[in-house]
This record gives sequence, C-alpha cells and structure tokens, in this order.
Amino acid sequence: MDTYYNPSDLAKFGDIGQEAPEMAKKFFDYYASVFAEGELTEREKALIALAVAHAVQCPYCIDAYTSACLEKGSNQAEMTEAVHVSCAIRGGASLVHGVQMINNCKKVSM
Amino acid sequence: MDKTFQEKLLENKLLLHRDGAEILQVNVGRLCNLTCRHCHLNAGPGRTEVMDKDTMTEVIAFANRFQFKTADITGGSPELVPDIDYLLLELRPLVNDLILRTNLVLLLQEDYRHLLDLCKELKVVLTASFPSTNANQTDAQRGKGVWLDSVEMLHRLNAMGYGMPDSDLKLNLVSNPTGAFMPVDQCRAEKKFKQDLARKWGVHFTNLFTFANIPLGRFRSWLESSGNLAQYMEKLSSGFNPATVKGLMCRTLISVSWDGYLYDCDFNQAVDLPFSGQKIHLTKISKIPPGIPIEAGDHCYACTAGAGFT
Repeated sequence: MDTYYNPSDLAKFGDIGQEAPEMAKKFFDYYASVFAEGELTEREKALIALAVAHAVQCPYCIDAYTSACLEKGSNQAEMTEAVHVSCAIRGGASLVHGVQMINNCKKVSM
Repeated sequence: MDKTFQEKLLENKLLLHRDGAEILQVNVGRLCNLTCRHCHLNAGPGRTEVMDKDTMTEVIAFANRFQFKTADITGGSPELVPDIDYLLLELRPLVNDLILRTNLVLLLQEDYRHLLDLCKELKVVLTASFPSTNANQTDAQRGKGVWLDSVEMLHRLNAMGYGMPDSDLKLNLVSNPTGAFMPVDQCRAEKKFKQDLARKWGVHFTNLFTFANIPLGRFRSWLESSGNLAQYMEKLSSGFNPATVKGLMCRTLISVSWDGYLYDCDFNQAVDLPFSGQKIHLTKISKIPPGIPIEAGDHCYACTAGAGFT
C-alpha cells in the first residue's frame, strides 16, 4: 500500500460486513432509508451529503456524492454553493468559539 | 464490464427484435457548426457528408410507402443542409409529428429566419440540445458561448410561441450529461429545468428528454483520453435493466443515413452496423416486418441502464 486512500476501495465498503454482518446490514438498511425520497428529495439529500462529506473531509464520500449530485440533477454551481455552506459552518464554528476566548480573557484580565 | 451486450441479452433470455417501423429518423448529414465533445457521430464543421436533394426525394417516397407516425430529422446540424426546407415541406403531410433537431445557436443567424418561419407554419416540433442549466457545464460540452446563445434563442422561440404553456408549437429540450455520469431521472429533471429556466431566465419549453451519452465517436475518445472509459462502461453495464428491452426505441424506429442507407438507430450509424446486418438502400426495401433481429453492440448498454434511455 503506497497510499491510505485508494478509489477502488469505495466499492469494497460492503466488505465491512464480513466480521459483523448483522450490524452492517442494519447500517446499510438504515443508510438506504435515509437517502430515499421523503420530505426532502433525493437530490436535496445528496447535496447535504456532499456538504457533510467536505466537512468530515472523506474522499470516498466526496467521490460518491459528487456523482450522486450530478445524477440526481444538481449542477456544479449548486454543488459549489453546498461546499461553501459546509465551509461557512466549519469556519463559523471556529469563529464563534472566539466568544469563549473573549469570555476567558475578560475573566482573567483587568 | 464482464459481459458483452449480446451475452447480457442471452443471460436474461431476451430477444431484441423489431416490432415494426413507426418512426422514421432521417440523419441528413454530419456537417455541424459545433464540435460537441459528447457527439457519437464526430459531427463538426469539417465533415462533408450531407444529404442531397435526390436522396431527400427517395426519403419522401420511402415515407409515402411506409406511413410512419413520426419523422425525426437529425444531424449534424440539419439547418446547414441545402434543401432542408424541401424535406420538411414534403414530409409534413405524410406524418402526424414532424421533428427537427437543432443546436439552437445557428438559428440565431438571420440567414435561418426563413427556416424558423417555415417550422412555425408547418408546426414542426423543435427538439433542442440543452444539457444543463449551468453555463460552464454546457459550454464544456458544446463550446464556449453556446449556453448564452442557446438561452437567447430560446427567448426568441418563446416570443414566436414555441414552448409556451398551451401553445401548439412544441419546443422540447434534450439534456445529455456533461461528463461520464448517468442522466438525471427525466421527470425530476424536467420539473427542475422548468422551475430554474422560468425563474432565472424567463424561458419556457414543452418537455425535457434526458439521454445517456453513447460511448462512441468523440465521446468515446474523450472517455479514453480522460481515463473514464472502463468506469463508464461498468456504470452502464451494471445498470442493465432487462425491463427496458421491450420498450427500446429501436424496436419501432428506422434510421436513414445521409446517403440513404438503413440502420436500426442513429448510434448504429456511428459504428456502421446496418439494419438486418447488410447495407440496404431505402429504395431497395418494400417492407419492414416485425421479428427482424435488431443489430446490437456494447453501446446499447447506454439505452438499457436504469429506467432506460431512448
């Protein structure tokens, strides 16, 4: 192995069920239910997944949900905006903790 | 891809046979003003294959003999073909629906105003390529500036009544994916295109068709050079849906090439896979009975993946 990530490994996701098939089945059944059309469309769910994939920085998920978004009818501009949502929440989460920094500063400062 | 398309049919105990011939598709040539990267025919400005008036006359006689419900004129760019007006005028009374494919951008030129007026007069259905509501993705497939010109032309067609709600002038759009991925479900894509085009650009159309790109011609070259061919063929073949086979367009469509030879579909023209396995000119055929086997290759996987695309 010369890299931790290999694109062909994505297709092996199901292998995770080899040692714990019941848990894997429950997970994949749940996963399929989550992404089925519901109050949100499959297209909207794929966009959320794409944004989350960038937040957790999972290359498998970015690969899978880039294709899924395109095939569910999102265009590249919409996908880019979804990534910006992810970026804004991640960045905002850091920045809003600055309030804790300010509080701590106030507490220990004259 | 572990099996050829023919092996896949055998495995599923399916026969791909003709049901008859209700749709006449006429490919009037490979000359085109655009060089789209997904074109299965390698059409472009440098091509010289164009249907002449004598062959058009033979096509018209053929349509008279067979009484097709629909005639679908495609290319290349049909607008560039001399005497295209003649073909439209003569085919009009012979079919219920007469379709003209257009890439939209040529029609912007004043030289083609008369063709537009003729289409309106004859109530020709216009079927226009419009892959994406995104300008960059459209231009990546069809060429720089095509998206803006296409939207401008759609505005003009709407102003003529084409594609407007309740109008009898039909303007259909065709969306092929702008890369090595599958098309969007047609109903959902149509709903979204209608919302987006009306909301953002005030454009209206009648119906949207979504088709998979065929792994032939310029698109195949791109798949090879970009390293996407194996993955794309795997995607198509793994998506094989046996239920689509009985509804494939090739069961009821006969495709005529620019020089008057017969094929089961436009894609078979691209690989010179003629109707019934031998090159037959349309003047030499008196009947197209049900039961004739349809010539098939691995590119047919593009029409049988998922819900099917034809």
